[in-house]
Amino acid sequence: MSLRSYFNSLEPHFEKGGKYEKYYPIFEMVETIFFTSNTVTKVAPHARSYVDMKRVMTYVVISTIPCILWALYNTGLQTNSALASLGVEAQSGWRISFLQLTGLGINPDSLISNVFHGLLYFLPIYLTTLIAGGICEVTFATIRGHEVNEGFLVSSMLFALTLPASTPLWQVALGIAFGVVVGKEVFGGTGKNFLNPALTGRAFLYFAYPAYMSGDSIWTPVDGYSGATSLGIAAAEGYESLSNYGITWTDAFLGTIQGSLGETSTLACAIGLVFLLLTKIANYRMVVGCLAGMIVFSSFLNWIGSDTNPMFSMPWYWHLVIGSYAFGLVFMVTEPVSGSHTNLGRYIYGALIGFMVVMIRVLNPAFPEGMMLAILFGNIFAPLIDHFVVMANIKRRAKFSV
Amino acid sequence: MSQTRKQLLTDPLVDNNPITLQVLGICSALAVTSSLNVAFVMSLAVIAVCGFSSLFISFLRHYIPNSIRIIVQMVIIASLVILVDQIIKAYAYEISKTLSVFVGLIITNCIVMGRAEAFAMKNKPFESFIDGVGNGLGYSLLLMAVGVIRELFGSGSLFGVMIFEPVSNGGWYVPNGLLLLPPSAFFIIGFIIWGVRTWKKSQVESREYKIQTIKEH
Repeated sequence: MSLRSYFNSLEPHFEKGGKYEKYYPIFEMVETIFFTSNTVTKVAPHARSYVDMKRVMTYVVISTIPCILWALYNTGLQTNSALASLGVEAQSGWRISFLQLTGLGINPDSLISNVFHGLLYFLPIYLTTLIAGGICEVTFATIRGHEVNEGFLVSSMLFALTLPASTPLWQVALGIAFGVVVGKEVFGGTGKNFLNPALTGRAFLYFAYPAYMSGDSIWTPVDGYSGATSLGIAAAEGYESLSNYGITWTDAFLGTIQGSLGETSTLACAIGLVFLLLTKIANYRMVVGCLAGMIVFSSFLNWIGSDTNPMFSMPWYWHLVIGSYAFGLVFMVTEPVSGSHTNLGRYIYGALIGFMVVMIRVLNPAFPEGMMLAILFGNIFAPLIDHFVVMANIKRRAKFSV
Repeated sequence: MSQTRKQLLTDPLVDNNPITLQVLGICSALAVTSSLNVAFVMSLAVIAVCGFSSLFISFLRHYIPNSIRIIVQMVIIASLVILVDQIIKAYAYEISKTLSVFVGLIITNCIVMGRAEAFAMKNKPFESFIDGVGNGLGYSLLLMAVGVIRELFGSGSLFGVMIFEPVSNGGWYVPNGLLLLPPSAFFIIGFIIWGVRTWKKSQVESREYKIQTIKEH
């Protein structure tokens, strides 16, 4: 029996009046993993496109691959380097035992050892995200009767990449559950969320458990090892002193620095961005707006200058490579649902986020990083921006029709 | 009377709760619920003010000129609030410092004004008093529910008594810092409203618009 006919034989049980009518969304989810959906639009307008939701979401997941690979390597590199400097005895646990049993060892110079060590941190976090978020998603789909959407795969991947490697797994589960339920499902599911679900979950963790999400000792998952992020150093002593810590601009661009799992490498994010722009999943207007906003405002602050706040003098090309700016720009700002929907609005939306990032990083002493909050801020303003763009257009056209 | 006295007292608890159904008085519910002690004192203050202001306004309802009724109501409510504020300062000084302006702000609490305007101006004193107390209780019920969630999961205690030993004291519980921030009360009240409306379907508001489906042809 072929797979298709197997699904066909199962289908009547899940349709209206069938025994498992309630669980149709789950059936639909499994079926569409193997086959394209049979559902076609029955009434006008008929839009024909190869790019359906599944493909959009799959493309975004593909575009995160460079970031994932780098996350594996860099997490391993940072951990192995920390262990090499503190001595291997500083840390014990199943990861260390696994590495030593398989003969990979704790060696910061070995690519394979680094990648595997990183994998042992990334994989539990990602699996927890999938399971906890998946349970919420499927529960809602079953009760509300909508489809289980591939958008969840994107949210879960992005959420996992924004976390520090040392995040406890129960916090991961709590964060993604909050993100999926409050960020998306209460508003009606994918396509109706006005906030980015992954960032909603991240922001929840940031405010709920600040001791686990910020500071100097959490970025490398080794007890007793303390390493500040580049933004932390820059905020405390000025970006010039980053070189005292052995961090050059190239290091920050490539990503061999402290930070959350997937955010450190600007290069990996840039590769993802090129892919997203070529496939037209990401709208270039938001990217242009966001870069312009950041460059203009940080240059303006450079020009003003300050004697007491070293962040004022940080040039835009440093803002670009440290912290989560690049990651947020590529994967969060360009998210089509929570961003603006008009073309002019997209420029304004991007610029607002670019401006707010610098604003929070430089002028707000409470938060060293501003990308997450800036994007959520932009999400909230997106409908308002659209409203004014549409109104302006109506006004302009009304002038011509006397 | 269309409602019995018992209904006047019990209706505002769930079926016509001033916070979950009418969504009034949210401001103070956000501010004072991070610890149960404070929420409890605030609840008593609102019950007292709401009940007695309704009583006195109802006594005077035939003598209050319609054009300046709000001003007269405000004078009565404000005097009661000052009285309550002084009593709290005298007997619970520490809590009064945490409550700070929020006792004073009971004057502008929509629930108190709402009951005065909607009920006490039209009904007899005793019914008005019961109605005021009932609405105060409805407010208190929600305040305490939010307070329990925020204090238990935010600092691991109830009424200041440690229930979950936090990690910083050598226990196992990691306090959730978000719950100590006022915005968390928004989420919690939202979740409670969601729960209540799932339970009592009649509270669900009708949609403002409906997505139209075109007939197949």
